[in-house]
Amino acid sequence: MRGEQASSWPSHLLARLKGNLPNQVYFALVIALLIAPWLINALDQSFYLDLLTRALIIAIAVASLNLIIGFGGMVSLGHAAFLGIGAYCVGIPTYYEQFNGFVHLGLAVLCSALFALLTGLICLRTKAVYFIMITLAFAQMLYFTLVSLDEYGADDGLVIYQRSEFPGIFDIENPTTLYYAVLLFLLGCLYLTHRMMHARFGRVLQGCKHNEQRMQALGFLTYKYKLIAYVIAGTMAGVAGFFLGNFTNFISPEMMDWTHSAELIFMLVIGGTGILFGPVVGAVLFLLLEEWLSGFSVYWHLILGLMLIALVVFGKGGVHGLLSLGSNRGSQQNTTT
Amino acid sequence: MACLALAAIEAANKIPPLSMASILQTHDLHKSFGALVATDSVSLTVQTGEVHAIVGPNGAGKTTLLSLLSGSLKPDSGRIEFNGKDVTRTPAHKRVRLGLARSFQITSLILPMTVLENVMLAVQGTTGHSLKFWSPVSKEKDTQTQAMHFLQAVKLQDKSQHLADALSHGEQRQLEIAIALALKPKLLLLDEPMAGMSKEETRKMIDLLRDLKGDITILLVEHDMDAVFALADRTSVLVEGGLIATGTTEEIRSNTEVQQAYLGEA
Repeated sequence: MRGEQASSWPSHLLARLKGNLPNQVYFALVIALLIAPWLINALDQSFYLDLLTRALIIAIAVASLNLIIGFGGMVSLGHAAFLGIGAYCVGIPTYYEQFNGFVHLGLAVLCSALFALLTGLICLRTKAVYFIMITLAFAQMLYFTLVSLDEYGADDGLVIYQRSEFPGIFDIENPTTLYYAVLLFLLGCLYLTHRMMHARFGRVLQGCKHNEQRMQALGFLTYKYKLIAYVIAGTMAGVAGFFLGNFTNFISPEMMDWTHSAELIFMLVIGGTGILFGPVVGAVLFLLLEEWLSGFSVYWHLILGLMLIALVVFGKGGVHGLLSLGSNRGSQQNTTT
Repeated sequence: MACLALAAIEAANKIPPLSMASILQTHDLHKSFGALVATDSVSLTVQTGEVHAIVGPNGAGKTTLLSLLSGSLKPDSGRIEFNGKDVTRTPAHKRVRLGLARSFQITSLILPMTVLENVMLAVQGTTGHSLKFWSPVSKEKDTQTQAMHFLQAVKLQDKSQHLADALSHGEQRQLEIAIALALKPKLLLLDEPMAGMSKEETRKMIDLLRDLKGDITILLVEHDMDAVFALADRTSVLVEGGLIATGTTEEIRSNTEVQQAYLGEA
């Protein structure tokens, strides 16, 4: 698996794709996402560019959730809070006519990292179902705090009249530019995750997921590694929130409602937890299905729910699990790709 | 101080002084869970270089004692001294770095990782910090070489690329030992390394531990009396949380109290 290192990256890539159906699908997906705007513009279907942009923004949040659930074994039910924080870091400065994108982005990174650090310090003292409940509790606290802030629209939210400005660099008022900015950041997050999970830090984190007691007996202060992962994930999701605020031109506390946190987990499960590209597959599939099914029947929640149950029961490990069944069984168990 | 001195005198009275230095000493260690007294004033001394066995009937508190020593449980009272240092309040992960490593009674590996990766994780802990986010572990040749060295020590080198999950029970126990060795311990706490093993596997494990003898101090908690008598220099007998005897294999065998409490039943 990891023994033979190909000398140059094209042959390295080929080696990874050969006989590995999941990897082939992920490769095709990335190519498709790269050329999607061109195709969509040619067909004059700008609605789908919007849909895909939203899916990729959500995919960033799911990818960050994958870092803590899929690789770290920490199931959080408060992840939408970070999306909200990122979005408010665009909305509130804009309200005071501060349109500088670097200020927005910087605030989003800072605030989400700080929120992750402060809540993580407490949450990570608990495990399993207690961890789920306490992350939910913190997210709800933030939700109700924002609901009570009349200055920023309370539960009606705020309209963002103008997207973040990056003067002289790019203009995200242009939907295609925003799309590529999001895609680039998403791919960057995935690459970072890939590197981290094969580096020392990631090995320790994955060890914690499977057997925390063992990791402590190996002399690791597991709390520290989990907290760092939690802060990295929170920051990633915060940046996703920055994009989401810009994309929807509107922010409200509803963005951090706990049902959205649950949806993020759904998407992760659809794509396959602990699978690098699982979040992209999950988010794109979830939003496309939601779109199509809601046009097809008002009972689309039911259909989506049944599909989810079928996927979990029959395809162990989400879409990745299904694809692996189709691939040759010999080369399974490549945990991180 | 008076209490300290008293404990020292007590310990000296119980255990005949040996010429070797001690690596681990406990003084009057207590631990109870509610009404259940799991560890009852245990004063134990492990000499540097010996294999010291702890035996006792089921529920005697052997694993609790081990957990107190490794730091995964905190004692209600008493003191633990390791290598001349008071480690009673030292957290588990720091004790490992001081040279106090343990293996688990229930096999406790990272099953979805390969055999080599399991050992590499342990090596990683002893060679620099692990806050490296970018460079792949697979490129750390030194870590790999060291890990292979420990796999060779337990004769698992041929299985290095197998998933830990795919090993037989006996092999998983061997891997546990390799991981514990990779922590480069001064004192190795082994919790029933022969548990659930076949006769053949037990024999192999005894050979393996005999090879380690002398290089490393071992505190062995074990149920298999043949294994204990084959390996241990000294043996302590634990009954209902308290030590009732400590001595050489011969002394323990002939101790009537021990026979009544433990050997008679077996």
